[in-house]
Amino acid sequence: MSGVRRPGPARAVTAAVACGGALGALARYGLGTAFPAGPDAFPWTTLAVNVSGCLLIGALVVWLVAAEPHPLAGPFLSTGVLGGFTTFSSFAVEVEGLVRLGRPAAALACLVATPALAVAAVLAGAALARRVRRAR
Amino acid sequence: MSGLLLAVAVGGAAGAVLRHLAAARSGPHFPWGILAANTAASFLLGLLTAGAAAGRVPGWAFALGGAGFCGALSTYSTLAYDVVRLAEAGERRLAAADLALTLAAGRAEAAAGAAVPRLP
Repeated sequence: MSGVRRPGPARAVTAAVACGGALGALARYGLGTAFPAGPDAFPWTTLAVNVSGCLLIGALVVWLVAAEPHPLAGPFLSTGVLGGFTTFSSFAVEVEGLVRLGRPAAALACLVATPALAVAAVLAGAALARRVRRAR
Repeated sequence: MSGLLLAVAVGGAAGAVLRHLAAARSGPHFPWGILAANTAASFLLGLLTAGAAAGRVPGWAFALGGAGFCGALSTYSTLAYDVVRLAEAGERRLAAADLALTLAAGRAEAAAGAAVPRLP
């Protein structure tokens, strides 16, 4: 009992998630500013953000299990950075916007391609990480 | 740091923490917390986007609430990872239900949110 007050594990996890979430959101905002999609254009930037985030989380989970890093690395990187970087709400609003602008084909393409590519990216990221691990 | 970036960072931190708390409250079987976070964020972002288009939401508020908070409250990486995890655990129906429910509810809520600023 040293009397030193250290943040409890739950509080430290919440802080790690908050920091990661801020960084992930800033990265997404930066990409959206650098590659803005017009309101009636296909939302490529959001698609790229979501698919790359899914590729990274597939690899990250393999790495977290294998490397056993600091216990806050998982909440910071997975829930925080990648959770804050990827976005479902922009995807949903952009699909809705395409529908309202009379572009049902583009809306349907986005609605089908994004989840399909997202799931494929998780599998691909995990497979890549396993291959890198075996090669080392 | 510009004010807009600060707004995105603060909103992003708050959204991620709220999603984390929601996820922690749902059991291991079905990711209700993430479904709720994605659905709520879709409604709010639909509302803010329509409000901004109507000139009723200032830029800093959209950066804070839209790009920051809604963007980080919602997630695609956890959604896709949960779908893969459930399917690999043999719970293919739950995986399909998670994806279908999220897509249907998210789209419906984005439309509902977008309709709010147009109400008389």
